[in-house]
Parts: sequence; C-alpha cells; structure tokens
Amino acid sequence: MTLEREIKTAFKISIPVMMGYSVLGFAFGLLLVSFDYPWYLAPLMSLFIYAGALQFVAINFFNAKAGYIDIAIASWFVNLRQSFYGLSLLKRFKKTGKLKPYLIFGLTDETYALLTTIKDDEQLKKKWYYFFLTAFNQAYWFTGATLGAIVGSNIEFNTAGLEFSLTALFVVLCIEQYKNLKNSIPFLIGSISSIIALVLVPSDKMLIVTISLSLVLLFFFRQRLSNE
Amino acid sequence: MSSMELYIAIAIMAVVNFLTRVFPFVFFAKKDLPKSMEFIEKFFPATIMTILVFYTLKDVNFSLYPHGIKEVGGIVFTAFLHLTLKNYLVSIFLGTIFYMALVQYF
Repeated sequence: MTLEREIKTAFKISIPVMMGYSVLGFAFGLLLVSFDYPWYLAPLMSLFIYAGALQFVAINFFNAKAGYIDIAIASWFVNLRQSFYGLSLLKRFKKTGKLKPYLIFGLTDETYALLTTIKDDEQLKKKWYYFFLTAFNQAYWFTGATLGAIVGSNIEFNTAGLEFSLTALFVVLCIEQYKNLKNSIPFLIGSISSIIALVLVPSDKMLIVTISLSLVLLFFFRQRLSNE
Repeated sequence: MSSMELYIAIAIMAVVNFLTRVFPFVFFAKKDLPKSMEFIEKFFPATIMTILVFYTLKDVNFSLYPHGIKEVGGIVFTAFLHLTLKNYLVSIFLGTIFYMALVQYF
C-alpha cells in the first residue's frame, strides 16, 4: 500500500496553514519563555494540548496560579466552539477506524476549515488523506512553538509588550465572528459581563465569573437574539 | 506554579481539550442537536472571543496614567489592519509590533 498521493495532496492543501501555524506557534513559544518557563513546555503542550487560543490562555493560567477546577472550566469554555465542529464531520469520519481518535484530537479551527471546505478526491484513500492533513498541521504548530521557545530562551531581546499578540489574536477572531453573525448583541453581552467582573471580582476569578454572567445574559436575551 | 503543578495543569488542559472535540462524536452520533444547544453554538463563540479580549487586559490598571490608552491604541490599530487588509497574520504581527513599540519607547 503506497500513500504517496495522499501525502502529496495533504501537503499541498496544508501550505496556507503552514504559514499561519509556524508564525503563531513561534509567537507562543517566545511568549512562554519570556515569563521564564522552561522551553520544553512548548513542544509538550503543542503535542498534547494542541489548541492555539487555549495554549496562549494557558500562559495566563500559569502566571495567575489558577486552580485546577478553574482551569478545567475555563478551558472547556475557551474551546467550546470546537464541540460543534464534529457535528458536520460525523459522516466523514465514520470509516476512519483506528485513525479516528487522532483525527478528532487534531480538529483545530484551521484543520476543520480545510476538511470541510475542500472537496474529496474520489481516488484518495480518505482516512489517510485526513490523517496526513491533520498531522502536517500539528507538525507546523509544534515546530513553530518549539523554535520560538528555543530562540526566546537563547537570544536576549526586549519582549515587553509581546503578550499583546494574544489580545490581537482575539480581536481578529472577534472581527471574523462579527462577519459571520452580523449581530452585535453577543459582543455587547461579552463586554458588559467582562467589565462587571473586572470591577467586582479579583482578576484571578474574572474569567469564570464573566463566562457565567454572559451565559445568564445570553439566555435572558435569547428571544431578541433569535429574532434578529 | 511549581513544575509539578505546571504538568498537572497541562494534563488537565489536554484532557479537557480532547473532551470538547470528542463531545459531538459521543453524544450526537445519532440524534439531532437540541434547540438550546443550537442557540449556544451560534452565539457563544462571539461572546467568548469578546470576553477573552478583556481577559487578556485584566491586569491593566485603567484608573492610573496612561489609563490603558496603549492597549486601546493597539486594539484599534489591529482592528483597522484586519478590516482593511483582511489577513490575520499581518494584523496580529503588526498589531503586536505596534504595541511593543508603544510600551518600549513611550
């Protein structure tokens, strides 16, 4: 059984993600070591967690010495959107056998986008094609993060303000969300809940309180949201 | 955090992350999504992204000089880049450089 065709096609399709993941991964590695965490946490996290936004937020958890339960709940909410990705892939992943757990594990935003937007080539062995696509993407992220962490721990330069890459990432994701939704209420609810929590609770409890508050508000305004 | 605590935290995130991704394959393999879940699916991602912008700024003291103007400036600049150039790498990269320049030189 030769898989050359599957590898080649997967590689070609993954090239745009290569750019994004290696650069963002590099920024993650650099940011992680800028707080004096050991460089090998970057490859470790990229291997076992493998989630862009969550890995960045993780650095905040470490800095804030967040409790384990808070970390678990916050991680779940940060990644909640990914719980819905699988819904459109249930059929596609049906015949993937032993590769299925890895395909599900590697279902990041970008991998999901590639899997759902690119038409299947009938001649490809699909499960292997999916597998290589997922693995290539993770390899880019892993390599970028590791290099960033190694470079950051060996070369001295002023990284003050580097943590803003995380803010910038979420600003960009907000804009992308708005383009899809064309509805400003969720953004208002997010902002109001955050400001209330920032004023009222200590910053290490802010995320959990904000998420709970925003869920209450979302359900409260459910009718209005659905009508728009 | 001590290194043991770091490893535990990473293990927790690895497990939770996998659970969020495996969730629909376990629970919705046969039945349809309930109405309330559809609602959350549609509106929660935008809400959490907004919250995360604020979360990353939680340690900025807006009551003291310069009142978070550098952070707001960085956000406006990043958003402007993203709306005009529509390339997320360029927006994040230049937005961060811009903010780093503000922090380091002013």
